[in-house]
Order: sequence, then C-alpha cells, then structure tokens
Amino acid sequence: MLSFFASMPGAVAQGIIWGIMAIGVYLTFRILDVADLTVDGSMATGGATMVVCMMSGMNAGVAMLIAFAAGCAAGFVTGIFHTKFGIPAILAGILTQLILYSVNLRIMSQSANLPLSVDKYQLLLSLRNLPQAIVVASVFAAVIIALLYWFFGTEMGHSLRATGCNQNMAKANGINTDTNKIIGLVLSNGIVALSGSLLSQYQGFADINMGRGAIVIGLAAVIIGEVLLGKIFKNFALKLVAAVVGGIIYYIVITLVLRAGLNANDLKMFSALVVAVFLGIPYWKRKIAEGRTEKGDA
Amino acid sequence: MLQVKGVYKTFNKGTVNEKRALNGVDLTLSEGDFVTIIGGNGAGKSTLLNSICGVFPVDKGSITIDGTDVTKLPEHKRAKYLGRVFQDPMMGTAADMWIEENMSLAYRRGKRRGLKWAITGKERSQYRYMLSQLGLGLENRLSSKVGLLSGGQRQALTLLMAVMQKPKLLLLDEHTAALDPKTAETVLNLSDKFIAEGKLTAMMITHNMKDAITHGNRLIMMHEGRIIYNVSGEEKKKLTVDDLLKKFADLSGEEFANDRALLN
Repeated sequence: MLSFFASMPGAVAQGIIWGIMAIGVYLTFRILDVADLTVDGSMATGGATMVVCMMSGMNAGVAMLIAFAAGCAAGFVTGIFHTKFGIPAILAGILTQLILYSVNLRIMSQSANLPLSVDKYQLLLSLRNLPQAIVVASVFAAVIIALLYWFFGTEMGHSLRATGCNQNMAKANGINTDTNKIIGLVLSNGIVALSGSLLSQYQGFADINMGRGAIVIGLAAVIIGEVLLGKIFKNFALKLVAAVVGGIIYYIVITLVLRAGLNANDLKMFSALVVAVFLGIPYWKRKIAEGRTEKGDA
Repeated sequence: MLQVKGVYKTFNKGTVNEKRALNGVDLTLSEGDFVTIIGGNGAGKSTLLNSICGVFPVDKGSITIDGTDVTKLPEHKRAKYLGRVFQDPMMGTAADMWIEENMSLAYRRGKRRGLKWAITGKERSQYRYMLSQLGLGLENRLSSKVGLLSGGQRQALTLLMAVMQKPKLLLLDEHTAALDPKTAETVLNLSDKFIAEGKLTAMMITHNMKDAITHGNRLIMMHEGRIIYNVSGEEKKKLTVDDLLKKFADLSGEEFANDRALLN
C-alpha cells in the first residue's frame, strides 16, 4: 500500500503530460468531430525532435518550439490529405501516421531509441524530480488551456467550432470549412507533439513507439474527464481542464491495476476495451430510451 | 440582380442513376423581385437554388449575382451575396453553439474572420433587439444552445441570420415545409416582413400553391428541369390554384404530381 502511494506522484506527472496530449485530441474529436489518428505518430515526432534538437546543443525551450512546429507540419499533411485528396479523416490520419514512422526514424538517424539524460542536458523536467515535473507540466497545461480559451473566443475560433458542428451552416455563412479543418488538425498535432517533447524529457529518452496507442489514451482521458466532470464543468476552459484531469485519473487507474497484478503487456488491450465501453454507453443509453418509447407507444 | 443563363446540371452522369436535373434554365431577377417557385417532385427547384449557392458546379451556363459572375466561385465565397434558409430546420444553425454565437457567425458572413473577439458588447444589444422582432422571446436567451430550440424557433433564427447582413439575394428552400401549420405561418409572415423592410431580392420554393400566389411579385413553375411558366405583376395577382393546375396540365401534358401541393 505504501508503495502504491509512493508511485502516485509519478502517475500524476505522466497523467498531466498525457492530459496535454488529450487536449490535442479534444480539439479534433470534440470540436472538429473527427477522430484523428495522426497523433500516434506526431507524439513520437515531438519526442524525437526534442531529443535530436537537444543533442545538437539547443536550449530546451527552442527545442520544444521546434517539436511543436514539427507536430503542426504533421497535422497539415493530414489536413491536406483529408480536404484536398478527399480521403476520409480517419484514413488520412492513418496514412500520415505511417509516413511519420519513417520520418521519425529519419529524425533519430535510423535508431529506434535515443537517450536524453538529465545529467547531460538542461531539461525542463525529469522523473528524477517529480514535484518539479508536476509543476512544470501543470504550467504548460495551464498556458495551453489559456491560449486555446482565448483562440476559441475569437472570430476564427468560432468559425472552427461552426465547421465541426454544422458544415452546411458554416458554408452558408461564408466559412471556408476546408481551411478550418486544416487549422484544427495543425493545432491539435502541434499540441500533441509538445506533449511528446515533455514526455521524452520526463522519461529521459525518445522512442519510435512512444506514441503507439496515443489516440486511445487521449480519448480515454477526454471521456473520463467528461464522465466525471461534464456535469459541473460547462465552460470551455474547464472542459479542457477536465481532459487533463482525465489523463491524471487514467494514469492513477493504470498504476492501480498494474499493482493489482495486471500484466503490463495487457495494458493496451485493457485501455482500448475501457474506451470502447465508454464510447458505447451513450449509444446504449439512446437505444434503451428508444426501446422504451416504442413500447410506450404500442 | 440575378442572371441565370442556360444552366444545365446532370447528376450521376453515365450511370443508371443519371438524372438530368436542370435542362437549360434562364432566369433574370431585378432588384427587389420576390419570386415564388412551384413545381412537382424532381422538377429541379432545389437544384436551381443549390446551383446559385454553389453547392455543386453546373455543367453548362453561367450565374451572375449583382454583376459578378459567380459560376466558378466555391460555395463559401458566394455566401457573401446570399442569405439562405434550408428546408431542414437543423441545417441552418449550429446546434452546439449559443444563439448569440450563431448570430455573430452570420453577422460576419462575407467578412474576414481574424483574431478579434467573436462578439462585442455592442453587437450583443443589437442581437437582442433583432431577436425581439421575431416575437418568440428569444431575446432573453442569447446564451442558450440553439439545439434546445424548437424547429420553428430555429427556422426563425436561421431566417434572421440570413438577413441580418443584407444579402443580395435571399434563397428560401421550402423553409416552412417541415413546420406545423401555425409555426409555418409565423415564419412565412416574418419572411414577408424582412423582405419588405429590407427591400430584398428573394426566391422562395414552396409546395403550397396558395402561398406561391399570395406572396411575392413573380411566380415561376418548373417541370423536368425547365421553367415552363413565368408570370408577374397583375397577371400573377389574379391567379387561382385552379388556374395553376390547369396551366401545369396544359404546359407539361401531365397532371401535377406533388401530393403535398394538392392536399393544401
């Protein structure tokens, strides 16, 4: 039991970092209404870019900025595939994800794993110092949420929301829905890559597989946040906070089930099944409600 | 204000589902014209309106709005000139956004959208005033989600959004067809009011022949992708539903095949 509590700070720090990733997922999944699978690749792109930039002697802030830009570029490619090639969003994301696998290996000079030691480099956070890691990750989360809150209150932000909500309405009001989808995907993947750059610092390495299943973790965080806090968090900024909280809870639960004896290799299956069930709940609720009215009418 | 010249449109060309929807349509509207459009199912009424909006490119012909050739412009660029209300009340508004947010989107139709605040305090009081003109009590619900409104309320809001930034042309595509009779009348009266007050040029598709006669200064009848009857002024005012049915039989050689029109 003691060791469980001892592992909590690590779970919280990781949860916040993945919560930032979940903010990126929120933008596409909830606002643009597409499930963007690019994130599995752009998460690793962020980590890889971070490590390579640090190795070339850059300052951590600059390296993170470049990682963000690399993620934006990945989102742009998906956006072009989706809007200009007419490829369904999910497939467009899968294509970019596959492209990124090769690109990420190139970024890391064909090695699947690159170390980023906190002893050698001036990093912003590391799992060696958990309180600091939690503070730094929280500051990043707060700044990103504040910036997004501002952006979605602007004319451009409103047109992006309208695009995700009702394309007919958006077009009839002179909104270029293609451009908006691209902007949304760019922003989302930039944030995801930023989260990847934080994760690589935290864990002290970048890995070609560090983003595998990221979309599932992001969705899990978004959904956990909504289920637990959706009733009280109505404001947009608070909804993003809920996604971060969802990330933290996700990692606490994961830590818990691993302690309880779940095989670490079964973790991804466990996560995916949990997400499937939570995505299914609104559908089942509707089905049951419809069934009732039918009986009621008869 | 509007020139439609020799417009043709065929859907699913070269397949078994090939459908010639517009078969050489010519139409000119002067400023302030309010034309009602009637015709049977599949006559091409909605296709004509959608061609003007740029929902799809036309095969042949040209469309000019207020001297600007828009034939090649994408839908969102033509929106600058057009106010639109759809048949489906869900289509014209964003359900997850507030009333004032929807209005602010419509208020910026045809304008650049940058990084300024989406709604200013001054706009908000304007919106409240505009909403009060609908007489539906929406002026006190600026921050209600549009998805919570009834179909009629949503359609009235869509209408308001279509005219709040004066359009060169207002397009109403059977916009009362999905509403109950009383709400339909309210929305139709509001349409008349906005068109008269704003001196708007407008086109309205309707399945109700009586409405087609009593509203607007012009009437056109469509059949198989063509305009077969085009009437205006005193001649239009004197029309009766029976006249229209007879006219249709004479010109098309068929009975008027639109159940809803006959039931009214």
